[in-house]
Amino acid sequence: MSVLVFADSSEGKFKKTAFEVVSYGKKVAEELGSDLVVLTINGGDASQLYTYGAETVVEVKNELTSFNAKAYASIIKQVAEAKGASTVIIDSSVDGLTVAPLVAVALDAGYASNAVALPSSTNPFVVKRKAFSNKGFNNTEISTEKKVIGVAKNSYGAHENAVSGTTESFDATLPELGVTSVEINKAQGKVTIADADIVVSAGRGLKGPENWGMIEELAEVLGAATACSKPVSDLGWRPHSEHVGQTGKPVAANLYIAIGISGAIQHLAGINASKVKVVINTDPEAPFFKAADYGIVGDAFEVVPQLIDKLKAFKQA
Amino acid sequence: MKILVCISHVPDTTSKINFTDNDTKFDTNGVQYVINPYDEFSLTRAMWFKEKQGASVTVVNVGGASTEPTLRKALAIGADDAIRVNAEPTDGLMVAKELTEVVKNGGYDLVLAGKESADYNGQMVPGMLASLLDFNFVNGCVGVEVEGTNVTLLREIDGGEEKVSSTLPMVIAGQKGIVEEKDLRIPNMRGIMMARKKPLNVVEPVGAAAATVTQNFEKPAAKGAVKLVDNVDDLIDLLHNEAKVI
Ligand SMILES: Cc1cc2nc3c(=O)[nH]c(=O)nc-3n(C[C@H](O)[C@H](O)[C@H](O)COP(=O)(O)OP(=O)(O)OC[C@H]3O[C@@H](n4cnc5c(N)ncnc54)[C@H](O)[C@@H]3O)c2cc1C
Repeated sequence: MSVLVFADSSEGKFKKTAFEVVSYGKKVAEELGSDLVVLTINGGDASQLYTYGAETVVEVKNELTSFNAKAYASIIKQVAEAKGASTVIIDSSVDGLTVAPLVAVALDAGYASNAVALPSSTNPFVVKRKAFSNKGFNNTEISTEKKVIGVAKNSYGAHENAVSGTTESFDATLPELGVTSVEINKAQGKVTIADADIVVSAGRGLKGPENWGMIEELAEVLGAATACSKPVSDLGWRPHSEHVGQTGKPVAANLYIAIGISGAIQHLAGINASKVKVVINTDPEAPFFKAADYGIVGDAFEVVPQLIDKLKAFKQA
Repeated sequence: MKILVCISHVPDTTSKINFTDNDTKFDTNGVQYVINPYDEFSLTRAMWFKEKQGASVTVVNVGGASTEPTLRKALAIGADDAIRVNAEPTDGLMVAKELTEVVKNGGYDLVLAGKESADYNGQMVPGMLASLLDFNFVNGCVGVEVEGTNVTLLREIDGGEEKVSSTLPMVIAGQKGIVEEKDLRIPNMRGIMMARKKPLNVVEPVGAAAATVTQNFEKPAAKGAVKLVDNVDDLIDLLHNEAKVI
């Protein structure tokens, strides 16, 4: 019996979420008394995975240059069967979220997505999952013999647990792809909202797109991604890819700084999973202060430039 | 082209979330239900195909009779007919299996859904449905064009977008971008009147079994009060020493 973890990668580099799921899988394998097997598809340097506890890494190399749902599901199934996996653990990268339901059907397994903690019990098998846009959790029992768990981003975290692992290669057969990649467009050199540990977000309180220079500068000092509220992207001040919230992107960052954002419930729905929230707003009654950990009641145009200067000094010290 | 749009019936985003019966049931008291926002984007895209390419559009929901107003709203937006599979949805797999029968019986060649539902945020039904049907699948779709049986799509990836091509039949899980928000349709009086006469067919479930069971619900731990500071030095100090995030 084994626990199989799929460690997602892109262009030969592991995603941050890959280290989270390996860390999570390591603990689940310990609890079940099973072996841990980590699968990579055209992935990165396997020794990076040993750092997080991967004893056995199974490498699949083939001609796929980018993610393909059918092919990845088929490969995960083939490896799961070859390795006698009872539990398959998948990350919450966009690709992980796409392939996990296909794997569940292929293995006839129950699937619990959005897991935020280790199983509270393995017999019966119960995991805590987030629901209602983080306004609640459900403890879900997976009743089938085989199980697929999707681990929510930034919820369990990556924990180093170095082992001297071994790597083996695996020849998987590819099914008909069905969907083929034509072109990939990625924002170059910018931290993306999904990967960022820190997100600096601003709202209509900034008055206009010409005032975003200081937001970008603050983000740069912190190594953060920039984001915005919905009206800001609707008005065309910022690209849609930065729109955070119920109808935009979810953010599960360690630090979320909200500047000139009121904190409407639909905005909060997208950031509830973030750990520490800081609010800068002129209005002490802004609802965001109820959701925040730290706050400054003040004018963004005064506070943000000071924050940039002081953070620069702090980073140099 | 025969299009099926999957409609999830979910609490309005501003709903208060509470649980009853010893935290084993979602408290529907005072909750306003709406078409799942992600499904609304896909439904609107389906209306474009109907108007510009002459497709037929059926909407479907797996749920009890209480979901019919949501289906009527989809009809008022312009769908031709509706199907309600008469079963309480218990988990993603069970819903996907029931929908599989509907797709097979209706001979649909394009299934549009939302990438997740706003209640359980499972992000699993469209992928499971595609897999059960052995249809091509694109998740997180932010753009789609169909010509004959060729489909060109844009999908969201980590840090960007990917253009992909595929062929019908397929399942597409859409989100904002598949149409823009300003283009979402609000039912008008005429649509609402017409919707009353459109067929809403109730079909009995095949009895698909769930693979997971919710034992109970929890609410997030109550948050402590915000710490207000009046200068940035104190903020930096707290973020560094207390929260340890910088
Ligand atoms: C179905 C639905 C879905 C939605 N989905 C989303 C979503 O996904 N994401 C989202 O963000 N919204 C969403 N909304 C919109 C949401 O309800 C709010 O309208 C929106 O979040 C408000 O954005 P805002 O805070 O930037 O602007 P405003 O509401 O205009 O607030 C601006 C804030 O800036 C403050 N301010 C003004 N000047 C300054 C200054 N100089 N310095 C500091 N602070 C200042 C003000 O005090 C105020 O609190 C949705 C709405 C609906 C109905």
